[in-house]
Amino acid sequence: MRFRTLLAATAATLLAGAAQADSTGITDTSIKIGNTSPYSGPASSYGVIGKTAVAYFNMVNRQGGIKGRQVELISYDDGYSPPRTVEQVRKLVEQDQVAFTFLTLGTPPNSAIHRYMNAKKVPQLFVATGASKWGHPDDFPWTMGFQPPYNIEGEIYAKYALDNVENPKIAILFQNDDYGKDYRDGFLKGLGDKKDLVVSMLPYEVTDPTVDAQVVAMKDSGANVFFNVTIPKFAAQAIRKACEIGWKPLHLLNNVSSSVGSTLKPAGLECSKDLITAQWQKDPTDPQWHETAGYKEWAAFMDSEIPDGDRGDVNYAFGHSASKLLHHVLENCDDWTRKGIMGCAANVKDLQLPMVLPGIVVNTSPTDFYPIQAEQLSKFDGEKWVLFGDVIDASK
Amino acid sequence: MQRPNPVTPRLVVAFFAAAALGAVLPHLVSDFTAYQFTLAMIYGIALLGLNILTGYNGQFSIGHSAFYAVGAYTAAILMFHFEWNHYATLPVAALAAFIAGFLFGLPALRLEGLYLALATFALAVATPQLLKFDAFEHWTGGVQGLFVLKPDPLAAGLSQDQSLYYVTFGIMLFLMVVAWALLHSRSGRAIMAIRDNPIAASTMGINTALYKTTTFGVSAMFTGVAGALSVFATEFVSPDAFNFFLAVNLLIGSVVGGIVSIPGVVFGGLFLVFVPNWAQDISRAYPSVPPPWAIFGVFLILVIYFAPYGAWGGVERAVAWTRRRLKG
Repeated sequence: MRFRTLLAATAATLLAGAAQADSTGITDTSIKIGNTSPYSGPASSYGVIGKTAVAYFNMVNRQGGIKGRQVELISYDDGYSPPRTVEQVRKLVEQDQVAFTFLTLGTPPNSAIHRYMNAKKVPQLFVATGASKWGHPDDFPWTMGFQPPYNIEGEIYAKYALDNVENPKIAILFQNDDYGKDYRDGFLKGLGDKKDLVVSMLPYEVTDPTVDAQVVAMKDSGANVFFNVTIPKFAAQAIRKACEIGWKPLHLLNNVSSSVGSTLKPAGLECSKDLITAQWQKDPTDPQWHETAGYKEWAAFMDSEIPDGDRGDVNYAFGHSASKLLHHVLENCDDWTRKGIMGCAANVKDLQLPMVLPGIVVNTSPTDFYPIQAEQLSKFDGEKWVLFGDVIDASK
Repeated sequence: MQRPNPVTPRLVVAFFAAAALGAVLPHLVSDFTAYQFTLAMIYGIALLGLNILTGYNGQFSIGHSAFYAVGAYTAAILMFHFEWNHYATLPVAALAAFIAGFLFGLPALRLEGLYLALATFALAVATPQLLKFDAFEHWTGGVQGLFVLKPDPLAAGLSQDQSLYYVTFGIMLFLMVVAWALLHSRSGRAIMAIRDNPIAASTMGINTALYKTTTFGVSAMFTGVAGALSVFATEFVSPDAFNFFLAVNLLIGSVVGGIVSIPGVVFGGLFLVFVPNWAQDISRAYPSVPPPWAIFGVFLILVIYFAPYGAWGGVERAVAWTRRRLKG
């Protein structure tokens, strides 16, 4: 008899749990949010993004939280290893009972949990990866991206090269991984049926010591357009080598390495002149932004919350922008349930984030799960990036 | 310490007691915890392979992540491209890993100790890049990896996690018995003789080259089965999962559990899954203590210091000590 009572009680609890499952992790005074970031392992330089988000919501909590609720952001280390991401995200969802996850980092880690999150109907908001597959609300209604996808940026460069270079011959240097191939494939898509304009396409491994050999080979191929898909260390090498051997193509540098402090200064500012990149964030090392309100807000945040953080590292700005977006979504949300928050995330209109370029705004809708899709081309004048042309919105 | 335990009534009782505990476990804990135990057992199976090679045959490997990857990708490719049944992929994954291990064992014959360790290290470093290689991309999915689904529950009333737990548990017990039988056979004595004194072993008429390469193959096969099971659990493979860190983790688990033991692999697997999580929880609860990996390091040093023969060595010593006390 006793056993039966226990059974009935258990069943009742389970049923009640099922009915309320939609507001898991949310009480009248708090909300639990989960995150995974690579605090160890090969991609640990991106760990500052998760660290920034945690610092941001600590600050929000001290200021009274969001709509009277304290935000508990639980951030676990996944070492950029997909199996570990699965384990940690299951821990967040099933054990810690978070309402949703936010800014989980990396394409392979997010790929590994993509289906799980959607099967569990737990929002996977604003993933920190430039892959193009995060904005498919029909198939994956619980997953939303954040930054402009790399392939879209690649397309922008291809169109620019076709429009501005007479008789273009194109060389592409790319990192041999998901990031490099996304850019490459976007660029090739942008070329359309003119893919035979590519005269040289060479990969490098992130473990290689230099890319000098590739740059020399590209010059010899007679290319007059150089699409440089490299991370800062290799971008600096490639810019310097091209300069040394007197190769002066139209040099398209991917946004990943557009930092003045970490790429162009090491490469030499003189050699970096006339580089072209597409931007969507304010480069914190670029002095032209230092007097803007957005930069000041970010700098004040850095001063009070992460005083020892490197101000030249754009990842701090990235983490801040994404946190700011989530803050905005929650603050303007009346339905604090999993479904409700997903709906609010898909209803952001013309939001300007402090460390995002003026004119590039966040827009989402139930059919548009790419929050930021616009970028603007800019040219380096030997000192700073000078924006030119219109904001290019890939969604239009 | 240097030989596997002989069959005593006590060992048989202990084996069945442990099996019974393992059988009820998933019904006592949440699905997520059952999943963590499944991961621990998958590591345990991989460690079994490493122990046979390093502990019993004396060949060092820091590259077992490569054979784990061979098993994982074989299973994933068969399921993804050819829609094979999950369990049907296991023997093929085992065979593929055996062949890979056997072939790697051939050049490894010329290398001893540290040099072999370095060669296997190179294998571990190369694995993720080979998996990303363009020529294989059609099959491996390149950096994007491959998606598969968890196997359906074996019986009604079991969740997917519980079912996978039982499958892994059964395979682990089976492979432990296989390993134990192997090491107790004539071949097992040859394997250990090569470790203890290779010159004497070959004088006794043991074909050391054949035994060493075959042991490499068998070791890789166990680890490959673990890799295939890991795909069932994670439902996804990608090159970043098989980086050098996995290889180091396997070595850590092996040493922590007891590198010359069979039951020790269970402790090694549990260590690899639960200790990083505890370290993380401690680090979160007390922000003033060092970051998680430093705490993990402290745990590791404590284990090595207090149980130099690994967890299983510690258990054996504790049993021996208690027995002496009871007699005395």
